[in-house]
Amino acid sequence: MALTNEHIINKLQEKFGEEVSGFSDHYDMLTFVAPKELNLKVLNFLFDDDELRFRFLTDLCAVHFPDQKEKELAVVYHLHNLEDNVRIRFKIFTNINMPTVYTATGLFSSANWMERETYDFYGINFVGHPNLKRILNVEEMDYFPMLKQYPLEDQTRIDKDDEMFGRGGMIGFGTDKTTHRTVIESEKNNIGEDIV
Amino acid sequence: MSEQHIKLPEGSIEKTTTTLNLGPTHPATHGVMQNILELDGERIVSTEQTIGYIHRAFEKIAERRPLYQITPLTDRLNYCSSPINNMGWHLTCEKLLNVNTPKRVDYLRVIIMELARISDHLICNSIVGVDSGAYTGFLYVMQYRELIYEIYEEVCGSRLTTNIGRIGGFERNFNDIAFQKLQKFLDEYPRVLREFENLFTRNRIFMDRTMGVGAISADRAMNYGFTGPNLRAAGVDYDVRVHSPYSSYEDFEFDVPVGTTGDCYDRFLVRNQEMWQSLRIIEQAFKKVQEFKGTEAEIYHADVPEYYLPEKEDVYTKMEALIWHFKIIMGEIDMPRGEVYKSVEGGNGEVGFYLISDGGRTPYRLHFRRPCFIYYQAFEELTKGSMLSDAIIVMSSLNLIAGEMDG
Repeated sequence: MALTNEHIINKLQEKFGEEVSGFSDHYDMLTFVAPKELNLKVLNFLFDDDELRFRFLTDLCAVHFPDQKEKELAVVYHLHNLEDNVRIRFKIFTNINMPTVYTATGLFSSANWMERETYDFYGINFVGHPNLKRILNVEEMDYFPMLKQYPLEDQTRIDKDDEMFGRGGMIGFGTDKTTHRTVIESEKNNIGEDIV
Repeated sequence: MSEQHIKLPEGSIEKTTTTLNLGPTHPATHGVMQNILELDGERIVSTEQTIGYIHRAFEKIAERRPLYQITPLTDRLNYCSSPINNMGWHLTCEKLLNVNTPKRVDYLRVIIMELARISDHLICNSIVGVDSGAYTGFLYVMQYRELIYEIYEEVCGSRLTTNIGRIGGFERNFNDIAFQKLQKFLDEYPRVLREFENLFTRNRIFMDRTMGVGAISADRAMNYGFTGPNLRAAGVDYDVRVHSPYSSYEDFEFDVPVGTTGDCYDRFLVRNQEMWQSLRIIEQAFKKVQEFKGTEAEIYHADVPEYYLPEKEDVYTKMEALIWHFKIIMGEIDMPRGEVYKSVEGGNGEVGFYLISDGGRTPYRLHFRRPCFIYYQAFEELTKGSMLSDAIIVMSSLNLIAGEMDG
């Protein structure tokens, strides 16, 4: 018998009652939310249950929603049942001031680096992780770069002395009289893309 | 030898193992990554991997780029098979935007993706040869990768980082030269591949160097999130092309080769067999493409002017194309809200794109599932207790691509 979404929802509600919520299957993937304290219980249940058998962790990542108070960070698990070929998406939300989430490394060895990556970019503290340190960024970094409060560098900025890479190089090239200040002053009147 | 010849300072602990830094710029790592190996003689006691040397913050950049500007970022993930990443990205966008592509576009995409798979496996397998001391195969097959790159060149103008295709189809129709080159490839390549196999498959030295090296069980491989040829070599027949077909893969007949032991030799065999299967798929797709007649044979993109970036010539000569070009480039087209996960079978496994759109012009969040990043963490388990020279072969037979690891 093929595993249907209704069956998964029934199974989950039978086990966790009202705790699991927000079921939807937008764009062909069943998505649901659980409280962050339950994340391991839900993952374990999905893994161990004889019918559900979600034993492949496809992907783990975080998302930052600065506008959702107390639920600023989401951790998203993509799970795959390879026998029945069903995918689901499971989310938990956590407060950005207390971003502690239980680690899934006990269940999936693959979660090790994925959680390190998530920590690296969003600062989510995976409790019980064997080696939670930065993986792609430098160790000395003191902020979590994927959070929405850190904008990308403005590519048109010309105040940076970076002649080797061509930025600002052309303007001041060969002369020492050229200053960048005039250009920047006029830029101040522009607010975003709206011309004042 | 009972007496110690070197007097250590008082209180120091004698270290019995050697630490070896393999990388970040070691020729055998084939990319910028560091392996700190703890060696007892030539046996590996433990390893520690450092990655991120070429981290380029693609996910952050993608949050400020319209969809069509993200395609070049995907090129640089697994740069040995960038067309697959490009197509995967287009398919993700198409899923979000509810765009259906015509059959001819699907088949053309399949041709390009399978060519990319061949070029990817070709490099990987011949590099395994180089790392075990057989250089000839690598040089011999290189001219066929060149031929594949020439086909890309005819289709999109570039070779390595291809930026091929658009949302909805291709930027232009395949020209006659592209088809001629494809025919040439189909005619000549099987003989070369067979010869390549003859060089390696039953080669005593090669077998001794690869059999039983870096083996992993199916269970552990799944637990480690292996996908693609590396998982199939361990005996799990998971292939995204079969499990969740995209781009009309269900129209083609092909086998999914699996191994049994999950060692370097099986990974080599699986990749070789996949190249034969890719050839089979290309032949079928080529035939199907040739069956389109008349105006149907001219279709190379879906009829979705609001998302498909029009051809440059049309932009200069046709009013409507100019309007759509302007709207797309200036960002007047918003995406629908939603979250999408779409994956394709890349050269190394499941390349996934998790895209969250809040209805704006750029993704709210884009996460790349990069197979290399996920399976490289098994490296310690694969090499523990084996020789230093085995670590090199494990690294190349896993097909580690630094670009894909660092994202």
